[in-house]
Amino acid sequence: MSALQVQAGELLASGKAEVVIGYGEGTRGRVRPVFVRTRADVSLLVFDGRCTANLTVYLAKPEVGRMGKAAIVATPGAVRSLIQLIAEHQVDPGEVVVLAADDDAVTLLTDPAALEAYAAAHPVTIPPEAKAVTESLARMSAQERRAFWDAELSRCFKCYACRSACALCYCTRCITDMNQPQWVCVAPHALGVMEWHLNRAMHMAGRCVQCGSCTSACPAGIPIGLLAMEASRSVEKEFGAQAGLRCDAPPALSSFAADDRESFIL
Amino acid sequence: MSTHHGVLSHQNLLKLLSGITAGGMELYAPRKTGQKVFFDHITDVREIAFDPLPTTESPKALLFPRVERLLSFARDGESMRVDDRCADLMPRRVLFGTRPCDAVALQRLAEFFADGIEDMFVGKRREQLVVISLSCAVADADCFCTSAGSGPGDGTGSDILLTASGGERYDMEVLTDRGREVLATFAGLWDEGSPADTSGYLAVVEPLPALAGFGAKLAGAFASTVWKDASLRCLGCGACAYVCPLCSCFDIEDEGTPSKGSRLRCWDSCGFSLFTLHTSGHNPRPTQTERWRQRVMHKFSYMPARFGHAGCVGCGRCSRACPADMNLREQITMLDAGIALQSAP
Repeated sequence: MSALQVQAGELLASGKAEVVIGYGEGTRGRVRPVFVRTRADVSLLVFDGRCTANLTVYLAKPEVGRMGKAAIVATPGAVRSLIQLIAEHQVDPGEVVVLAADDDAVTLLTDPAALEAYAAAHPVTIPPEAKAVTESLARMSAQERRAFWDAELSRCFKCYACRSACALCYCTRCITDMNQPQWVCVAPHALGVMEWHLNRAMHMAGRCVQCGSCTSACPAGIPIGLLAMEASRSVEKEFGAQAGLRCDAPPALSSFAADDRESFIL
Repeated sequence: MSTHHGVLSHQNLLKLLSGITAGGMELYAPRKTGQKVFFDHITDVREIAFDPLPTTESPKALLFPRVERLLSFARDGESMRVDDRCADLMPRRVLFGTRPCDAVALQRLAEFFADGIEDMFVGKRREQLVVISLSCAVADADCFCTSAGSGPGDGTGSDILLTASGGERYDMEVLTDRGREVLATFAGLWDEGSPADTSGYLAVVEPLPALAGFGAKLAGAFASTVWKDASLRCLGCGACAYVCPLCSCFDIEDEGTPSKGSRLRCWDSCGFSLFTLHTSGHNPRPTQTERWRQRVMHKFSYMPARFGHAGCVGCGRCSRACPADMNLREQITMLDAGIALQSAP
């Protein structure tokens, strides 16, 4: 039995968790989210390099919430998103136990301080292909970048897999689904697609933890996570605020300091 | 018409497709972008991808675009001018590289839009579409066409079906007058042939036995508890519906201002939380449990009851696209067993 299975079994047996949200074997050699409720089923749990989807996204689902207190198998990216969810008052730290997994080590994290220490020690790894695209985008002129995104986004049919896979897209009614008034073009034409993705990037600015789930989820293969990632990098550069590191951090773009160096604040 | 047989080399097939584009007809065929394959407007036949498996996105958009303008309106003094879209202007298109499951789906999709009041946009597009399909030599673990009313060499819905028969050569079946018309222009590129047994060149598709009595079982399974566990990991996106060659739900959106704008028809998905949200705020499908049940019920119970065939051709696209690995083959097998267990005396 793996260390993860042992720890998950103990959490379920002791009642510290009623469900363990983790990864299990799926079809086609892929892994998939599994919801383990009994000690007998912990053998379903696996953790290896294929486990990249951010499982904290399931915490917002009502049917998962009704299963009771959750323990969640978390990658470094998922740990950060959980911290961000706590900072945004979406998750009560007392309601969730974390089994932080990284390569072979499994660490049980039960309080905000432990989550923060873990996040500080475990940077999120950006996949090499994402890095390569980011670097090539940085070398492009604004016009070339626009052409790049126009071509990529022409594949978007607005299935919203990016939104559904994102732990921090937790709005029960997304701005793009508002119709009275309609803020964003709902139609999946070029303008509607661009409006949606720019809106999401702006909404994620300073909040995206760069877990990569949105990019992996996209059925059309669009490297869509780069937009939110870049927006978050700008916030980090301008305000020194990095998402997913502190459970009590005020949101970078919806708070202000009276002594801000910018004169327009007050 | 009776089926006409011919033989065509790969090189001449490319010449024929080039001829189609040169002759002013729009050609759509699979093109690769990164790891994904899409049906794109092709102007250079060297861009066509001859990948053995179905494309990432289905050819559905050729009949039912992801967004289309139905009409536009503008205030003109005291009156309102409405410009209807004219279906008669839709161009003749040749769609190449569809797999037999795709062609079957195009036919079923057209039938769906012709049921009751015919949808003139979809109808006209179907009328103008020439479908040249390729038989499948390969199937993967997500395919189940042979259990879903089709097969790797099925010509249903195609005007011409090509089966690679070794040595860069295709056995050609010309199945319709429309197919014969297109070929007539390119008489020198292919040879007459006789009916050939192509079964040796076709993929072996793993059967999905659970599908046989699935629809009948579903009829009594609305209140079953199987749906909750089956749908727990579903993220509620529309990836499955949007890559599906047969999902046909849409949403009508008005765009613009009260004095000038358009009425658009956009793809929609029963997986979305807003899909059945009422104005009152009540949602009869409040969680993914009810939404996943609807998807399965619609495809395998309601569609067969209404049209005599499932809303699925077993192409496997949804299984390949799902970010949460909601594999349809596996789901059907599991739901079938789960429902049987519950209804056992």
